[in-house]
Amino acid sequence: MSGAAAREATLQKPWRSLRREREAVSFGTWVFVASEAMFFAGPLLAYAAYRSLWPEAFAAAGRETDIVYGTVNTALLLTSSLTMAAAAEGARARLRRLTLTCLAATAALGLAFLVVKGFEYREDIHKHLIPGAGFRLDMPPAQLFFAFYWLLTGVHALHLSIGIGITVTLLIQAWHGSRPLPSPAFEGAGLYWHFVDLVWIFLYPLLYLMGRS
Amino acid sequence: MSGITAERAVPDRPSRADSYLTVETGLASWLLTTDHKRIALLYMAAITVFFFVGGAGAVAMRIELFTPQADLLSADAYNRAFTFHGVIMVWFFLIPSIPVILGNFLLPLMIGARDLAFPRLNLISWYIFIAAGALAAYTLLAGGVDTGWTFYTPLSTAFANGHVLAAATAVFVAGFSTIASAVNFIVTTHLLRAPGLTWFRLPLFVWALYATSVVMVLATPVLAMVLLLIFAERAFGIPIFDPLRGGDPVLFQHLFWFYSHPAVYIMILPSFGVISELVTCYARRRVFGYSFMVYAILWISLVGFLVWGHHMFVSGQSVFASLAFSLLSFVVAVPSAIKVFNWTATLYRGQIVFDAPMIYALGFIGLFTIGGLTGLFLASVPVDVHVTDTYFVVAHFHYIMVGGAVSAFYGGLTFWWPKMTGRLYPEGWARFAAVMMFFGFGFTFFPMFIMGFLGMPRRYHVYPEEFQVWHVLASAGAVILAAAYLLPMGYFAWSLVWGRRASANPWDATGLEWQTSSPPPRENFLVSPAVDRGPYDYHPAHTGPPSMEREPHRPQGGQA
Ligand SMILES: [Cu+2]
Repeated sequence: MSGAAAREATLQKPWRSLRREREAVSFGTWVFVASEAMFFAGPLLAYAAYRSLWPEAFAAAGRETDIVYGTVNTALLLTSSLTMAAAAEGARARLRRLTLTCLAATAALGLAFLVVKGFEYREDIHKHLIPGAGFRLDMPPAQLFFAFYWLLTGVHALHLSIGIGITVTLLIQAWHGSRPLPSPAFEGAGLYWHFVDLVWIFLYPLLYLMGRS
Repeated sequence: MSGITAERAVPDRPSRADSYLTVETGLASWLLTTDHKRIALLYMAAITVFFFVGGAGAVAMRIELFTPQADLLSADAYNRAFTFHGVIMVWFFLIPSIPVILGNFLLPLMIGARDLAFPRLNLISWYIFIAAGALAAYTLLAGGVDTGWTFYTPLSTAFANGHVLAAATAVFVAGFSTIASAVNFIVTTHLLRAPGLTWFRLPLFVWALYATSVVMVLATPVLAMVLLLIFAERAFGIPIFDPLRGGDPVLFQHLFWFYSHPAVYIMILPSFGVISELVTCYARRRVFGYSFMVYAILWISLVGFLVWGHHMFVSGQSVFASLAFSLLSFVVAVPSAIKVFNWTATLYRGQIVFDAPMIYALGFIGLFTIGGLTGLFLASVPVDVHVTDTYFVVAHFHYIMVGGAVSAFYGGLTFWWPKMTGRLYPEGWARFAAVMMFFGFGFTFFPMFIMGFLGMPRRYHVYPEEFQVWHVLASAGAVILAAAYLLPMGYFAWSLVWGRRASANPWDATGLEWQTSSPPPRENFLVSPAVDRGPYDYHPAHTGPPSMEREPHRPQGGQA
């Protein structure tokens, strides 16, 4: 496909130029990311409030999370951000092989994160870290910490799954050629992926380093 | 006079093959459309249904409250009636109505664009809205919710026996639709303005939609999260607000009102935009203090995020917090007052025409002023403590949301009806309905101020006999109000078939949306328009009209 034809195929109504459309997709994703940031800001604020109310219980509960799983997952996600950035840049430069490889690597790293998370969840259940009757620690506010643990990691995992879904979709479309590489979708997906990554950068110290300093 | 010639070049009516209403036919062409104008009509259909459903809750309440005893509803059924009325009216009528119906239709037209930035996202947001509405309908059919629209914990998490999970999910899903529309509007305003349409030439309705969208994007996710927390606590026993395990129910109120106070501005800011368009057009005057109007909108949307604690004066928050929130609530009232003064000043030396949209607009200014001033009563801690949870509060927010937002919605709908459908509504009936709405509203809600101040608490279906006279007045007024809401539905439907054909610009208005045929073609403009001046050029800038002779207005731009 020639450059001009590819550009034609990418241009959607109501846009008159691809540059403008690209700008719109990345700007729109930024606005959506701002919305997502407020979504996570609520529970992070609640966490901060409870952490200052019950410092000992939060420290004790924080020592119960598994730092090995958490650290491995942090490394996996950071690497996936690198491959995602490379994929978006590759698409912009129309390097087909690089784009496909990096998208596949990104999705694989994301899946690896979820698998590790699954093992961790199994261990957590085993250790009775679910709030409610039979909870491992007898300080009631420690259950609050784990309320946030389950909620935040769960919501993050959901976001990551959506990210993996988008990445795989783009990979298949780019493979078949039904989505030309200059499409602004690659950059938008990249932005979203980095955001999900960034959320984890906040969760890691709050959930895994708490009480371990 | 280039503007005038450009206007004359626009055909009044598009050919059948051009008009967005007839360019494609069949059900699929509507349900799969990506045309912002058609999606606006899809929203209008859905939201009308919700208006009836939410209205039914109000009717049930007003009938029950006619006598001091319980006659129609049990205590539990009454709880479910007012909760459902609140949930539907807030999230399925007031928040979406002006932005996704009038905004969706007009934003691209007003800025000279072919469509919104992401047309498919626009359609998806309608389907999300319908899914949310289906969940809300399920909640109702399954037996309803009894928590009040505020979902306060621990009532909602531990004690309520209604379908809290379904209701919370419905509102949660509706939030996605709101966010999607807001992202779309923001990107559209930034990137799709016509050549020459600088930020300070934007019509005030566009500014209002823009500011509303920013508030939607930043506030709605907080609601989504707080509903998720309620859901997690009720469904899975995850203790976030459970005091037995160190949680704090007041934290819920903080998070909820962090959304729900800005939500008040989501409901009223678009109305400000509509009223600015109506007042300028029917007074034939440039809006007084355009830049102050813009700054007022932006100031409201910013400071609106900092006043949520005025809903919590009796929650046990610190006195210092109450005082700070009280001060900030007075601060946020200033820009609203600026807007009221500027609308009033716009009328000065205007050639006022009392057509129906103008009657709605003038009614809005009066009712909004009363609602806003009583808001200041409630922002003062001592008065608020006295009237907390009484009908005074109910009257106050209905003056803003019903007297304000709903009047503006009906006024805007009347004003832009010829553009949307290509037909003129019957002016006499419309004036009658507008006047009737004003008086019906006053009879319904003014008594609530009095009985609230006397101590009648909200959310009770039995009450001491001394309050009956006020309740009877309110219920009787509600009948008039209901008639004033139903009448326009009748004559709008009538006009679709028998109404006179509208010209491209029946009101001699200056906005770009009037510089294309009525109804607009699928592509909005046959030639991309260019803009060469600011909005509302009804008269030369510094003079009033010398006589009753109308000076020719200058449109903002046209399809040159
Ligand atoms: Cu408020």
